[in-house]
Formats: sequence, structure tokens, C-alpha cells
Amino acid sequence: MTSAEKYVTAAYLVVLGVVLLYVVIYAFKLSRLEREVAELAELAQQRKERKAA
Amino acid sequence: MALAFYWVPDAPEEGFRQRIFYIHVPVALTAYACFGWAAWKGLRLLWTREQHHDLESYTAVHMGVIFGILTLVTGSIWARTSWGVWWSWGERQLVLFLILFLFYSAYFMLRYSTEPGPRRANMSAVYALFGVVLIPVSFLAIRLAEGLIHPVVFDRDVGENLATSQLLTFIVCFAGMLALAASLYTNELTGKRLDARLRELREALE
Repeated sequence: MTSAEKYVTAAYLVVLGVVLLYVVIYAFKLSRLEREVAELAELAQQRKERKAA
Repeated sequence: MALAFYWVPDAPEEGFRQRIFYIHVPVALTAYACFGWAAWKGLRLLWTREQHHDLESYTAVHMGVIFGILTLVTGSIWARTSWGVWWSWGERQLVLFLILFLFYSAYFMLRYSTEPGPRRANMSAVYALFGVVLIPVSFLAIRLAEGLIHPVVFDRDVGENLATSQLLTFIVCFAGMLALAASLYTNELTGKRLDARLRELREALE
């Protein structure tokens, strides 16, 4: 592999790596949002039960 | 990527390293497009006073900064392989892009130094609008520069500078990059809206 080939590959890998990193961060964010939705659903359910009682 | 690596021929002067062009230029143009979109949304906010434009403008700046980082990194790699240096302070194009990038990076400091609300939205919109002035300056700097080492590919003789395969590859890469930016923008915006809605819901339930 020539030095030009190494640099070109590095440039493409950097872009790919950043996009991948973004997707991973976004996946963490989604799982946090999912957890929050579950918590709020539980909170809403407790409220409903309290009202019914 | 396949087109850039396997279809286009080596450029006469630059050789194999010219292939960075198919990632660096689309990424840079996408960063400009994101900043331009942020300014447009900022203008819409100031014009209509509809607060949803604030989040859209903020998300566009967020995307623009990510693509700006990629522009600087891929540009540096290209500079290293073409000119033998990672950065050249003498090149107006590079320095102006860095200024544009730092300007939009400072947007976050401004945004988070004020309380959420219409005042913050207005300030952010005005800031995003000011930044857009730097885009044509940064874009044209390459043509205005005197001691030029940064290559000019797109000028009036674009047909002579680029072979059909190179131009087509560039268009495909640019379209792909814009599509990637648009999908990331939509996802990010949906996530931020969902976050805000959940916060409101939590406040209402507690």
C-alpha cells in the first residue's frame, strides 16, 4: 500500500467512523428515551390506580 | 465509495490521492448546506415567531458542526498527502473555513449561556443568520486567494477540469452525503422533539 493509498483510506475511514460513532451515540439516546417512556407510563398507571381507589 | 475507488481514473497531477476529493468536497458542501439551513430556519423564526423553527435551526447547526469537523479532518489528510503539511495558515480558504467552524461552535456556548425561552431562540436565530454571511466569503476565498495552493476544481471550465466519470462520481457522492445529512437531521430532530415532549409530560405527571 502506497502512502497516498493509506491517506485516502484514512480519510474515508474517518468519515465512516464518525457516522458510526454518531449511530452508537444515537442508539444510547434512544434507549434512554425508551427507559423514560417506560417510567412515565408507570407513573401514569399509578396515577390512574390512585384515582380509581 | 466504490465509484471513487474503482471507476474514476487517477487524476493527471494528483494521482490516487485525488480520490479524497469525492469525500472532502461533498462533506464541506454539506456543512455549508446545514449552516445555510440553520440560517433559513433562524430567519423563519424571526419572521413568523413560531418556536419550532428554533429547534430546527439548532439541529441544523449541530449537524453542520459535525460535517465541519469531518471537513477539517479530511482536508488535513488531503493537505498532508498533497502539500506535505497537515495545515497551512497562509491559505485563506482553510482559515476562513476554520473561522466559520469556530463561529458555529461558539453558537452552543451562546445558546446554553441563556435561559430557554423566546429570548434564547431569538438570539440563536440572529447568531445563525450572522454566520451565514461567512459561507459565501469562505466559498469564494479560494478564488480570491493570491498565493494559492488549494486546488480549484469547480470553475467556469468545469467540463475541462473534470472527466465525465469524475463529475458523475462527485454528483453521486454529494447526493449521498446530502441524503445522509438529511436523515441524520431528521433523526436528531425527532429525538430532540421527543425529549422535549417527555420533559413536558414528566412535569405534568409529577
